[in-house]
Amino acid sequence: MSSPAVSIEDISFGYKGQGKLCFSGLSLHVKEGDRFGLFGPNGAGKTTLINCMTGLLTVQQGKIFLFGSEVKKHDKTVNHFFGFVPQDFSFYQELTPTENLEFFGAWYGLHKKEIRKRTIELLEVLGLAEVGNKQVQKFSGGMKRRVNLAIGVINNPRILFLDEPTVGVDVQTRHAIIDYLKKLNEQGTTLIYTSHQLHEAEDLCNHIALIEDGKIIAHDTLESLIKEHDEIDLEDLFLKLTGKELRD
Amino acid sequence: MYKLYATITKDFRILMRDKVGLTLMFAMPILLALIITAVQNSTFELVNHNKIKLLLCNKDTGDASRQLVVAIEKSGMFQEIKISGNESTGNIIARMHAKDALIAVVIPKGFSEKVAATANDIASNALKNLDMQKDTAKTSANSVYPLTLYYHPVLQESFRESVTGALRGALQLVQSKQIVRTLYQSLNEKQIPDSLENQIVNNQMPINQIPVSRDGSTTIPNATQHNIPAWTIFAMFFIVVSLGSSVVKENISGSFIRLKTLPTNYFIALLSKQLTYLFLTLVQTAVIFSLGVWLFPLIGLPALNLPHDLTGLVIVSLICGWCAVSYAICIGVFSHTQEQANGFGSISIIMLAAIGGLMVPSFAMPSSFKPILNISPLHWCLEAYYGLFLEGGKLKDVMINIIPLAGMIVCMQLITLYGLKRKNLI
Repeated sequence: MSSPAVSIEDISFGYKGQGKLCFSGLSLHVKEGDRFGLFGPNGAGKTTLINCMTGLLTVQQGKIFLFGSEVKKHDKTVNHFFGFVPQDFSFYQELTPTENLEFFGAWYGLHKKEIRKRTIELLEVLGLAEVGNKQVQKFSGGMKRRVNLAIGVINNPRILFLDEPTVGVDVQTRHAIIDYLKKLNEQGTTLIYTSHQLHEAEDLCNHIALIEDGKIIAHDTLESLIKEHDEIDLEDLFLKLTGKELRD
Repeated sequence: MYKLYATITKDFRILMRDKVGLTLMFAMPILLALIITAVQNSTFELVNHNKIKLLLCNKDTGDASRQLVVAIEKSGMFQEIKISGNESTGNIIARMHAKDALIAVVIPKGFSEKVAATANDIASNALKNLDMQKDTAKTSANSVYPLTLYYHPVLQESFRESVTGALRGALQLVQSKQIVRTLYQSLNEKQIPDSLENQIVNNQMPINQIPVSRDGSTTIPNATQHNIPAWTIFAMFFIVVSLGSSVVKENISGSFIRLKTLPTNYFIALLSKQLTYLFLTLVQTAVIFSLGVWLFPLIGLPALNLPHDLTGLVIVSLICGWCAVSYAICIGVFSHTQEQANGFGSISIIMLAAIGGLMVPSFAMPSSFKPILNISPLHWCLEAYYGLFLEGGKLKDVMINIIPLAGMIVCMQLITLYGLKRKNLI
């Protein structure tokens, strides 16, 4: 039996200077090929959990495995497996999409020819071919989101972490991104996705987990959870399980 | 290697697109070198070749005052504007405020009598000491020449001192002539022949000025030779504004988050920045030196003479550039915002330049200040360059300056690593 794409085992994590732990004894498994959505209100710990999975943060207790390899501080072995699309624009605005892909591709360990091939493919698929040689700082928000995504997938990752990849974009761009992510998943990439766009999540994700106050309060397929809690859609389920109080 | 190549390409592209930063890194030091060399050179020209306007008011009618006027004329330093002896002090001051001249000399009435009286006193004393005359001489009431020098407050002290020195020389000449005449008259009871007087009074020993160079060169260093190396070093260290803020910008921007998730060590990014900016400092050096060699003579400034040891020059430039890069990265790593890096970086460079002897020569600093010189990397850079440019030294002669610079580079690199570690960036 193959290893799960992500295996989180009994982890605890807290930020320095904050008495309270963000997670304590949290465990979670994501199967290979899943389109996994991680949802929760603001401050629930979604981004922190993704940062732990990508090695940006180091857990104080427990272990995280990506395809059976442990995520460790100062060990970048697992970093070859995944791509990451952070919430913020994570590229050089002074450079063009082509130049950004060239640089980040090299940092993923790809060869020049491979980078060139992937760059042409990605710019075409994400509708950036015509602006491939223009500085990104002049782009619209939607175009920047697509550049952000292109960089995250240049290495054909086995797992792709997406932290609110469609925030602030128009409907057309959102559809383009979601369609591309589905295509990527069909080609074998496991998606780990967070968003506040619950209708979008219903369209994309086949498995979801709801996180509240550092704890997984629900984890199953979307259909099973809706059926189990007798709700109409993900938004109703979300409100039922996390409540209606405002969060900071 | 491809990762490093791609990173250097990225850094270089970003640098080339920062037009303001590039302008600051090249235009500012070039302008500083140009302006300060021009100013210093014109001061040198003013003192040595051009003439300073001097209002000369002779209220005396005697021989000594006429001789003093001639001596002032012969000093070659002044362009005399002779004004009437009846001119009031108020008018003289008004003319100076109108910038007719920045200096005025008033020879008072009775000046010649006082010079003669003083000369008589000295001659009598001299004869008495030789037992050739009885003690009949009366001591002059006032042996101080009551010459008055007015100067405009804008005149700098060093400049004023050179004017005073020239006037003292003229006065000394007049006084010496008078003493020689009086003594000769007393001994021979006739006037001294002009030829003998000139022989005695004007026969000064010449002063031969030779710069103490290591290569035996006798070329006298000019303002360009002093300023170009100094402002080149300033330019190198001023990359802190671009490099420091580039490090901060990368650290606080989203791109750094992504870099940390990639299977490549951040050392590559650090190495790339160092190599890119080291190259930039070498380009700065080449551009500024080239301007000194080729442009300065075209605009009437002295040309820069490159040292004979060009290998030494390249190595010193490399070490100075690397030191500047290490300093800038260190500032960038410890700054939390671009404003911090820019503000602290630029102010610290100006301070280090000031205490390092770039703005005021280190030999002119108070002795209590001299130990502080050693903490400025710019001081060691300047000493190394001066060793090559002014002293005609070779690389081995400036090793004493390169060793402390190398020590500083190692320290700054270690501090940078500590900063990155503390921020969990490596």
